[in-house]
Amino acid sequence: MKYAPLNLGRWVLWSAAALVFLVAPHLFSGGFALTMLTQMGTLILFALSYNMLLGQGGMLSFGHAVYSGLGAYVTVHVLNLMGKGSFTMPLPLLPLVGGVAGLFFGVLFGYVTTKRAGTTFALISLGIGEMVFACVRMFPGFFGGEAGVSTNRVVGQPFLGLTFGPALQVYYLVAVWCFLGMAAMFALTQTPLGRMANAVRDNPERAEFVGYNTQHVRFLQLVLSSFFAGVSGALSCINFEIVSEENVSAIRSGGVLVATFIGGVPFFFGPILGAIVFAFFFVALSGFTKAWLLYLGLFFVLMVVYAPGGIASLILMQFPVIRAGRWRELLVPYALAALAGLVVLAGLIGLVEMMYRLSEQGASTVLTVLGLSFDARSAPPWFVMGAVLAAGLAALRAAMRLVGERWGTIQLDLQAKAAP
Amino acid sequence: MKNAIELQEVHKSFGTTKIIHGVSLDIRDGERHAIIGPNGAGKSTLFNLISGRYEVSAGRILLHGAAITNLRPFEINRKGLSRSFQVTNIFHNMTVFENIRCGVLWSAGYRYSFWHRVGGLKDVRLRAEEVMQRIGLAKRRNVPAGTLTYAEQRALEIGVTIAGGASVILLDEPTSGMSRTETAQVVELVRSITQGKTLVMVEHDMGVGFNLADRISVLVYGEVLATGTPEEIRGNPAVQEAYLGALRKETAHA
Repeated sequence: MKYAPLNLGRWVLWSAAALVFLVAPHLFSGGFALTMLTQMGTLILFALSYNMLLGQGGMLSFGHAVYSGLGAYVTVHVLNLMGKGSFTMPLPLLPLVGGVAGLFFGVLFGYVTTKRAGTTFALISLGIGEMVFACVRMFPGFFGGEAGVSTNRVVGQPFLGLTFGPALQVYYLVAVWCFLGMAAMFALTQTPLGRMANAVRDNPERAEFVGYNTQHVRFLQLVLSSFFAGVSGALSCINFEIVSEENVSAIRSGGVLVATFIGGVPFFFGPILGAIVFAFFFVALSGFTKAWLLYLGLFFVLMVVYAPGGIASLILMQFPVIRAGRWRELLVPYALAALAGLVVLAGLIGLVEMMYRLSEQGASTVLTVLGLSFDARSAPPWFVMGAVLAAGLAALRAAMRLVGERWGTIQLDLQAKAAP
Repeated sequence: MKNAIELQEVHKSFGTTKIIHGVSLDIRDGERHAIIGPNGAGKSTLFNLISGRYEVSAGRILLHGAAITNLRPFEINRKGLSRSFQVTNIFHNMTVFENIRCGVLWSAGYRYSFWHRVGGLKDVRLRAEEVMQRIGLAKRRNVPAGTLTYAEQRALEIGVTIAGGASVILLDEPTSGMSRTETAQVVELVRSITQGKTLVMVEHDMGVGFNLADRISVLVYGEVLATGTPEEIRGNPAVQEAYLGALRKETAHA
């Protein structure tokens, strides 16, 4: 018997991921889709690097943007030097510069932050984040002040015929780095350090009594994580051709926390899902409504309360049921819940959008939905939307109760079968 | 005979409360040494001082002749001393195999490596499997530690402790909370795993202490009342007066 058989499922998954990266820009055409996909790629890398801290090492960081942001700042200056002809290097290798910069600051700041775990770590990371953010205004020579530092990614000789001017070429650059980063970070979870990071997360005291300096484990984990954060920062610098204070801000640090949590902290692939959803909110929804942050916040709170394992846990929960062939029993309850959820969403969106129209100066208060126009200054739409929301909530409650009952029966049956 | 552990006038106080008053104790190389004493005598505190969990207030502790006073737990562990805990202290989310592997990795030399694939380390796997065999958990290899029975968790606790191959083993009440049969099994387990090693164990169960130990130290109110072979301790009037008598009274009432 071979101890480590070729893990077929794993190969299929990774090949599928590579295939998705390859064909995604052709499935969703248009400049907008490409913008979103490119941002998804950088965000996936960023969220995965964040989860090396939160999920794998048990370190809640409020300042992870420091590493991606400073990686981006260093990258933008290197890119500008290349533009001046000071030296040359192939553009596809530039993310390495960002990575090394991230790693450098990881060593510098991580030495301080990882001295402690838990709440103290979280607070120090917050402090370092604020400190770096303050530096942006204090040292405009390097950080470019409020305007930031802009650049031009088309420099020097084309690399293998690629100039990286067209957005599609940038997408594939991001895709390749994102895929490599995913593979590398997954591989890291399978190393002695990766496993001991889990051990230190779960029971730091015992880890010390089997020979491990928990502080050093946290430090190395953070340094490796900030390398990948730096790579993602460099990719966003290449993509947007500008780096500003937003790149190192607490908003960015909070964003990656939200994305990672929504996706699922306990699972390696969780942050990938989270980054995709977050990018959807951030890029797509923000074009439609100014309330996108409110929707994202509501979604985040819902996940924290009802699904602390994130989207990934919701998906993984279904597998035993599917394997046992019992998924048909859940189809109707799920469909009902989804329907009720849509009604809730309709009522909620109606109310929120009307509120925004009223509070915004100079905006038209007339909204049009499915060819129907109504004025937010009149009372009837409020009553209608309120009624829709209330009805939806009642229906959702009933549907969720049905889901819960069916789910409970199936789980009991499965447990009875599992017990000898 | 050489000493594995030497305590020289070790004191420990928490604030103004003195727990350990000048304990001097030699643990000989290769012996099984039990530390017995009534509740609150400072047995566990003594363990925490030796293993680096607490800092000593005064005095010196030597391991194989070299000072380990106030070193950190991982430094003491790397010098070849490993300990278990009275309250089970394992990695609850990990499987039995992963728990044991955590105990093996450092001593196998993989340290903080992020360039080895942990699943491919044959020496680590073989060692972990050997340990699982010895503690009787080979069949529970892939069970999460949190779902094991209490007796199994206690065995795993010992497994994690011995996995690194330390030459000096400290076991803190390995039989606490166990039934008669389970206790007998643990005694046999401890006897087999400490062959050729130095064992120091805190024991509340007198039977276990007298059965397993080559020598016994009696700790009362933070001081060593007597040290000697089980026969010497049984025949020691001071011990009988201060401890065994009191215990006999305790059990007579119970």
